[in-house]
Amino acid sequence: MTKKLTRDDLLTAYRTMRTIREFEERLHTDFATGEIPGFVHLYAGEEASATGVCMNLTKDDHIASTHRGHGHCIAKGVDPVGMMAEIWGRKTGTCKGKGGSMHIADLSVGMLGANGIVGGGGPLVCGTALAAKLRGTRNVSVCFFGDGASNQGTIFEAMNLASVWNLPVIFLAENNGYAEATSYNYSVACDTIADRASAFGMPGITVDGFDFFAVHEAAGEAIERARNGGGPSLVEVKLSRYYGHFEGDQQTYRAPGEVQNIRDTKDCLLQFSRRVTASGELAQADLDAIDAEVKALIDGSVVKAKSDPKPTEADLLTDVYVSY
Amino acid sequence: MARKITYQQAINEALDQEMARDQNVIVMGEDVAGGSGAPGEQDAWGGVLGVTRGLYAKHPGRVIDTPISESGYVGAAIGAACCGMRPVAELMFVDFLGVCFDQIFNQAAKFRYMFGGKAETPVVIRAMYGAGFRAAAQHSQCLYNIFTHIPGLKVVVPSNPYDAKGLLIQSIRDNDPVIFLEHKALYTMEGEVPEELYTVPFGEAAVVREGHDVTIVAFGRMVLKAQEAAADLQKQGIHCEIIDPRTTSPLDTDTILESVEKTGRLVVVDESHPRCSMASDIAGLVAEQAFDSLKAPIRQVTGFHAPVPFSDALEELYIPSAAKIVAAVKSVKEYK
Repeated sequence: MTKKLTRDDLLTAYRTMRTIREFEERLHTDFATGEIPGFVHLYAGEEASATGVCMNLTKDDHIASTHRGHGHCIAKGVDPVGMMAEIWGRKTGTCKGKGGSMHIADLSVGMLGANGIVGGGGPLVCGTALAAKLRGTRNVSVCFFGDGASNQGTIFEAMNLASVWNLPVIFLAENNGYAEATSYNYSVACDTIADRASAFGMPGITVDGFDFFAVHEAAGEAIERARNGGGPSLVEVKLSRYYGHFEGDQQTYRAPGEVQNIRDTKDCLLQFSRRVTASGELAQADLDAIDAEVKALIDGSVVKAKSDPKPTEADLLTDVYVSY
Repeated sequence: MARKITYQQAINEALDQEMARDQNVIVMGEDVAGGSGAPGEQDAWGGVLGVTRGLYAKHPGRVIDTPISESGYVGAAIGAACCGMRPVAELMFVDFLGVCFDQIFNQAAKFRYMFGGKAETPVVIRAMYGAGFRAAAQHSQCLYNIFTHIPGLKVVVPSNPYDAKGLLIQSIRDNDPVIFLEHKALYTMEGEVPEELYTVPFGEAAVVREGHDVTIVAFGRMVLKAQEAAADLQKQGIHCEIIDPRTTSPLDTDTILESVEKTGRLVVVDESHPRCSMASDIAGLVAEQAFDSLKAPIRQVTGFHAPVPFSDALEELYIPSAAKIVAAVKSVKEYK
């Protein structure tokens, strides 16, 4: 069993989920103005997953993320101010404006990168986990991937490899029901993604991704097992995204009222707030204070991003090689 | 420096000495030890052609057999490199690029740039390439041009045992992803190789033979074919200068241009298919940057725009021969 969450843990969980939500809602609003360049895939609605998983990790553990990666970045400790500047294409961004939304990475906090290639992260975490195993550290690696990526060969190869080498890897399937516009019901051949674990000789579990506590506990158990040499696990988190595959997606493939219904009844922040205030573990005032703090942080990040300089021609050809 | 070893031994020695020097160096691939989990010998093969033989026993735990799962283990090598290991992954045949290219060109090659210069991926991917083994269309290609096209990758094509050792050591120590390509037909080639560790720098061509009539730029095994042709041409009074770029990325353009400025004539010899090839790349470079020096059209001696055939009768026609190089050199020398 994972250890009981302290008051500080609960505050951290709420702050992280709220930061992700505010970050994404703000991007949704700003994207509509046409000022934000490129492709942006929002994580709003899925916050309990990144937060519940990453609260079990240290800076020295690694995660690989997806094209829908902002939440994973924030939960793993990447600075949201730098992230906002990156998404706005500024030189002050996390990746100097050379990566953008789909490629935010910060190896100093164990974040191996959002990834524009669906399923690209599976093999990579086998490598970080292999390094941890060879060096005898207790670090683990988590591969976040979606229901779409669950059908990619790279994920199958990585699960087999992790099992064959008994690596400390958690395959964290975020099943939000849609691979772009194609339903999980259509594209995944088995009932649950977790069912596939047995094919690779590892435990698999499906949890409610709207429930921070359920994700935190299930991921915590898998992570603890991996740290102790027990090998890889597959954790499927069932959740929903509140926006389209990318910003601008009209989501005509979704049922009328589908998202609103989820927002009203299942939302992870809503459920979390109700639970911790009902139990008396946190007061509404605690949550309100965090809301205000986070809003100021994100507002400030946008103001800064808008006024920060863009990269210049002198930056075009730097960072291709260490030397050439 | 009288010791002679083969190209294959030179590669094995570079791996062995670098693994001994740096604990972060690991070797992984299909059957790089061989016999894992099998009832017989634990170090059964040492790679499909025995290049890594003996390393398993000398470096316990650091020579790792993988499933036949190229995306999985090449990607794992890249991931391990991201956190400070120096993996050498063996792709076996370069033709297997097709099942793992994403990890190489969308992941490893782009991390440094995409992540704003804050990521290093010091991985080496070794692979055999080239025709001449009756190995047919899926085990005989060159493909170095494909890697060369991708910014972020460095690409190495040693033509002899000395360069193979020095370039492989440089590849392992280099902080960028390196594709290290070994021509199968060169494995048994002997040459003088120092026992100590040394590096051959990237982007520095070797002038294999000096001459003033025609410049021949050749890659990998084609350097040997060019030497054979040049010896023949010498008897006919034509003096060739042979340049072996040794790495296609970075490419030592200065040495090529300086030589063409001297000779005024260029023949490029490239075993790969002719379209979008190293041959066409260098022909384009020289046409653009040394046009005024040229006394004759540039000639390219290459394979064909066809898969590598199986039958020896066809494969020998496919591979650029010394005779074809001789003919090309004479045509540019005699051009009026």
